[in-house]
Amino acid sequence: MFAYFVRRVLAAIPVMLVVALFVFLLLRLSPGDPAAIIGGDMASPEQLAAIRQNLGLDRPLHVQFFVWLWQLLHGDFSTSLMAHTGVLSMIGQRLEPTLSLALVATALTVLVAVPLGVLAAWRRGSWLDHTVMSVSVLGFSVPVFVIGYGLTTLFALQLHWLPVQGFKSIFDGVGPFAYRIALPALTLASAHIALVARMTRASLLDVLGEDYIRTARAKGLGELAVLFRHALRNAWVPILTVIGSGFALMISGVVVTESVFNIPGLGRLIVDAVLARDYPVIQGMILLTSGVYVLINLLIDMSYAISDPRIRY
Amino acid sequence: MKPSRSLIARLLLPLGFAAALHAPHALAAEKTLHAVMSSSLRVLDPIATTAQITRNHGFMIYDTLIAMDEHYQPAPQMADWAISPDGMVYTFTLRDGLMWHDGKPVTATDCVASLQRWARYDVGGQLMMKSVKSLVATDAKTITLTLAKPFGYVLPLLAKPSSVAAFMMPERVANTPMGQMITDYTGSGPFTFVAAEFDPGNRVVYEKFAGYVPRPEPASGTAGGKVVKVDRVEWINMPDRMTAINALASGDIDFIEQLPMDLLPMVQADGTLTSGVLSDLGNMTGGRMNFLYPPFNNPDIRRAALLALNQQDVLQALVGNPEYYRLCASVFGCGTPLESQTGGENLVKGDHSAEARALLSKAGYDGTPVVILQATDVPSQAPQPVVAAAALRKVGFTVDLQPMDWQTLVTRRANQGEPTKGGWNLFFTYWNVQTIWNPVVNPMLDGGGQKGAWFGWPTDAHMDALRNEFVQASGDAAQKAVAEKIQQYAMQQVSYIPLGQYHDVSAWNSHVSHLLKGPSTVFWNVQKDD
Repeated sequence: MFAYFVRRVLAAIPVMLVVALFVFLLLRLSPGDPAAIIGGDMASPEQLAAIRQNLGLDRPLHVQFFVWLWQLLHGDFSTSLMAHTGVLSMIGQRLEPTLSLALVATALTVLVAVPLGVLAAWRRGSWLDHTVMSVSVLGFSVPVFVIGYGLTTLFALQLHWLPVQGFKSIFDGVGPFAYRIALPALTLASAHIALVARMTRASLLDVLGEDYIRTARAKGLGELAVLFRHALRNAWVPILTVIGSGFALMISGVVVTESVFNIPGLGRLIVDAVLARDYPVIQGMILLTSGVYVLINLLIDMSYAISDPRIRY
Repeated sequence: MKPSRSLIARLLLPLGFAAALHAPHALAAEKTLHAVMSSSLRVLDPIATTAQITRNHGFMIYDTLIAMDEHYQPAPQMADWAISPDGMVYTFTLRDGLMWHDGKPVTATDCVASLQRWARYDVGGQLMMKSVKSLVATDAKTITLTLAKPFGYVLPLLAKPSSVAAFMMPERVANTPMGQMITDYTGSGPFTFVAAEFDPGNRVVYEKFAGYVPRPEPASGTAGGKVVKVDRVEWINMPDRMTAINALASGDIDFIEQLPMDLLPMVQADGTLTSGVLSDLGNMTGGRMNFLYPPFNNPDIRRAALLALNQQDVLQALVGNPEYYRLCASVFGCGTPLESQTGGENLVKGDHSAEARALLSKAGYDGTPVVILQATDVPSQAPQPVVAAAALRKVGFTVDLQPMDWQTLVTRRANQGEPTKGGWNLFFTYWNVQTIWNPVVNPMLDGGGQKGAWFGWPTDAHMDALRNEFVQASGDAAQKAVAEKIQQYAMQQVSYIPLGQYHDVSAWNSHVSHLLKGPSTVFWNVQKDD
């Protein structure tokens, strides 16, 4: 297992290098000029040239690339062209809100979707099954911002139970953290709950017809034990894959939820950086997102071995 | 693995008691005003950029030698002034009690360095320095500016509130080289910048500067006493305006600088919220042509395009609510000291398409496509190109409307190549009226050609001569007379197409009061009741 882990980590290095080169070229070949944003609408050509020179944007592309790569190799993700702050520190500042949101949303997904999927599979064809499936279609069909505004209107503006917007760190207390994260996490989780519930149902239905399930029932095991100890355990691998990739998707696709609930996370950081053509921040963010994907896929693969003893690396 | 009961309890209990936790906020001893500004503060150097949000940031933490009152007249702020009888020597005397945020006294040397840096960046400052013989600190509190030739616009330039306002900084900061942003944010203004709490793209924090001594006069424009009545001001960046309005209604924030027009009815329907216009002058929207290439290198064709356009149509598409826009054909904006609508009557009255069609035919237009750049991601710039394209097609122009994001447009408009090879013929934008309100600061009236003029690059020696005549004119009446000539000539040449003036609408909570009307959103004088 350890050797496999090391092999996978080593294999990720060329992937990250290709991502770095691709992102760098893509950004430099796209139209846009950070100097024009810094200088403003009325800046003269002379001022713009001075800004470009100061930022090193007037140097040849390959020089800019190797300077950046050299910085990366030294653990330096460069400095934001706009904020003059280290990219890593900016990402660090925004990591906690996004990570908190994605983790709570994933926890909600697992807590709600898996039991719902199990129930739907267990009572296949019943009103319960139809209800769960219909609600799940609704869950991933309605855009996230509509769900967000709907929840805000109900729970924040009408009932005054929860706040409209904002984020509190868990280090400020579990209460304030939960109070602020509840609505955004529910919003972000909505589509994933629907997806995981359907996946759980489908996966469980596959195994419920297996001989060992019949054997378990014949042994006189209770339905709960059959479902959770035997069926769900064997159906777990595809569900885990969806949950894992869903988590990675949440990290990289959280921008709408962050905007609707004004959470200062990574999604908003990258949108702001793209709008300002803040190259080092965009590059750093994309590299980080790629790294997260590689890592999560690795963790998912390794968790297969834990959840299914037949799988060995 | 079963989740432990205690874990579940820890996760769910807070949610269950969330409502209970949301008891009315305990009254904090500290008064903080939470404001959502029109955009995110990206650049912190108010001299090196013309961005409006950075200008607003500048007014929070810096002060100006002199300022502009609500009647657009220069008034003392950090300094009083005296002018020699021949109008060639200006002496500014710093008032007592001025202090930088680091506790050191403000000196004339600091102010001279600040003015020199400002003059390197500001269009008006550059023009002024061509007439300046010397700018020196004659003692710790006195700055002397001596002119080499008459320049009648020194005070309005130093007092102007917009792009770029002459903010004062300590000498060590003002010595930052051209092209380099400042990194030391020590000012002498009524607020201090809390660098430790600055979260770019999310939050900017200012604290009341205890050492600030306001002038005794009442606040007026950016002049008068800057009396701070809150302890902290936080600018919260909320990209989603719907969220901002919900946050305003729920009391999370106190003020929104710029409301989208389509959401205004929501605010007006809420009895606890107030909406209003804080800037009397607002913005001017307009189109700028490329003078280098056909068809708009021909003044008659430019004039035909001007005749084809109609402000009412543009403003209806852009703003919709007539309460917040006005028709205005003045190249200096309306409500300004130099307002004149001469030569632009067709823009505000009647349908002149037949006249435009005739002029286009007479000018020998050969069907060369007009490449119009359209920034689709900026709501205040997206509708104008569409309306203009329809109007130009109606009179016989061939139009190639090219949608793109604002960043692409910004790069594209700097391209002096042919329109068919990555260049352009026409783009639209808007300007804060204070950035166009006289011939010195209005970038569209610069006739400096490909090397000196603003995008579009007209080479126009006559316009430059008129601008020089303006700065040398002495007295309001003489300047107004020259401005009138410039207005007439600008409309003949179609230096740009003014497409009307509109206001941004702000909104605030019922516990916020005494907001100042003026060219910039400022937070002194503002009161927040418990």
